[in-house]
Amino acid sequence: MNPDAQTDFGNDAIEDPIIEITGMHKWFGEFHVLQDIDLKVGRQERIVICGPSGSGKSTLIRCINRLEEHQRGQIVVDGIELTNNIKNIEKIRAEVGMVFQHFNLFPHLTIIDNLTLGPIWVRKVPRKEAEDTAMHYLEKVRIAEQAQKFPGQLSGGQQQRVAIARSLCMAPKVMLFDEPTSALDPEMIKEVLDVMIDLAREGMTMLVVTHEMGFAKSVAHRVLFMDYGQIVEANNPEDFFNNPQHDRTKLFLSQIL
Amino acid sequence: MNAAPTDLQPTETLKPPAASVGVLGWLRTNLFSTWYNSLLTLAVIYLLWVSIPPFVRWAFVDSFWTASGKECLEADTGACWSIIPNNIRFIMFGFYPYAEQWRPGLAVVLLVGLLVFSQFRRNWKKSLLYYWLAGLVIMGILMKGGLGLAPVESTKWGGLPLTLLLSVFGLTAAYPLGIVLALGRQSRLPAIRSLCVVYIELIRGVPLISLLFMSSVVFPLFLPEGVTVNKILRAQVAIILFTAAYIAEVVRGGLQGMARGQYEAAESLGLNYYQTMRLIILPQALKIVIPPSVSILISAFKDTSLVVIIALYDLLKTTQAVLGNPEWMGFSAEAYIFIALVYFVCCYYLSSFSRKIERELDTGY
Repeated sequence: MNPDAQTDFGNDAIEDPIIEITGMHKWFGEFHVLQDIDLKVGRQERIVICGPSGSGKSTLIRCINRLEEHQRGQIVVDGIELTNNIKNIEKIRAEVGMVFQHFNLFPHLTIIDNLTLGPIWVRKVPRKEAEDTAMHYLEKVRIAEQAQKFPGQLSGGQQQRVAIARSLCMAPKVMLFDEPTSALDPEMIKEVLDVMIDLAREGMTMLVVTHEMGFAKSVAHRVLFMDYGQIVEANNPEDFFNNPQHDRTKLFLSQIL
Repeated sequence: MNAAPTDLQPTETLKPPAASVGVLGWLRTNLFSTWYNSLLTLAVIYLLWVSIPPFVRWAFVDSFWTASGKECLEADTGACWSIIPNNIRFIMFGFYPYAEQWRPGLAVVLLVGLLVFSQFRRNWKKSLLYYWLAGLVIMGILMKGGLGLAPVESTKWGGLPLTLLLSVFGLTAAYPLGIVLALGRQSRLPAIRSLCVVYIELIRGVPLISLLFMSSVVFPLFLPEGVTVNKILRAQVAIILFTAAYIAEVVRGGLQGMARGQYEAAESLGLNYYQTMRLIILPQALKIVIPPSVSILISAFKDTSLVVIIALYDLLKTTQAVLGNPEWMGFSAEAYIFIALVYFVCCYYLSSFSRKIERELDTGY
């Protein structure tokens, strides 16, 4: 463990965590991309993860729904440990929503079909009910009028809002965001962040990899700073931005703020 | 955002320069733009002038449409198209009993009807499957006999029904098999993957003719005494196995063209492998590979004519048999032009159908 003063990164205060990662390591070939990660995520907690590119922040959240496989340590999501058991993996994926940098909507399906696919095939919800849910979430992300269009006909910001709605239709317990605004034109970033802020207000558990520090300040309970595959520092946003402990964090913040 | 001036309009658009439009403008830019272009244009016009009129005279002006072979030979001026109407029933149906030839005729009409019906997307429902099943049973009874129809041995089948049988079922069976092979080639299980690789490489490494020979000559050697497998079926299986290997490689190309993100998005919704492939990956991958798949299907359709070498009387072989008749010897040009037209119509139909499907499936990405 990190011998510094700050050893628990705020994990000790979390009771009844929905995600618990202990001593987790991951390698890409020879490259040690995640080193001894310990992280507890509380229910309804919102965590923003930042750090330079290549620091392993995306890989970390991709391990939580097994898009990447960890090689050592333990990840437990909502009481289920992630192992090679494919049934458990599918169960966890159904409970964990994910929003990607490049939206990854299904381009051959209409917006409404993008949203109902998961509920119908994974949750076995009747089509009618799935469509009602889908329309509800499309209204929520303020895009209901586009339901019958194809993803290729929408702007980037609209596509990302659809992607968020698609995840919400599965009624996930946790939402992972992998740089959700990095591929967007500046004027579309706000419409996506607004949707995410709404979501935060409703108490969704969120892990967000982002460089939007304004979002971190206003929404996060904890901000994690990662570098070289390790969690360097974690704190509440106020202390994190105003009083960073680690030199590496100070340098990073001075470069991006 | 709203603070920007809203009365900003694009400036008036300009017309294209007048010198580049009109017939003369087109001629000048496309045919006579430089001295060597003009020379080429004139050379092409001369070639057309010496080749087209004689052909038209041979094919249409001096041609015979109803005369017997003898009269054609004596006149010896133009095309003897009467070879086709005079022998059409043998060309179309081969050695099928003459009095019963309405049966394969009806079967062909039924098959073509089903194909045309299936090409409209609004008919792509579950009922289509039942129509096909019913159609197949009816066609089978028509060809083989039964229900009061006199039985006809499959050795007597020939002509157009045989060509369509080999190609339609060859292609519809080869496509799914090719998809399975392509998926198998991408499998994470080494046994399945290497099995598929070996199959694809082996089949692609030999010509169709050798497969057909093996099916007709070598394969029966391994069968126990007294057991025979229908020759048409053996040729059919050879065509399916052969075409599937090519389809598999084309589909693999489509699968590899899929963005990683599509798999990840499907997986992160909790879809399993089968659902991911069926609902997300294959619909997109197969759409990408429509043009190369259709190329393979077209060439497979034409390759069915190779069954002549194992003495199946498909459309090409029945035509050749007519040319072996002393009365019609020497009119092979006419006969082959006709057969080429039949093949062309089928292939053109296939490719225009594929263009239509491509347009309909286009969702703007």
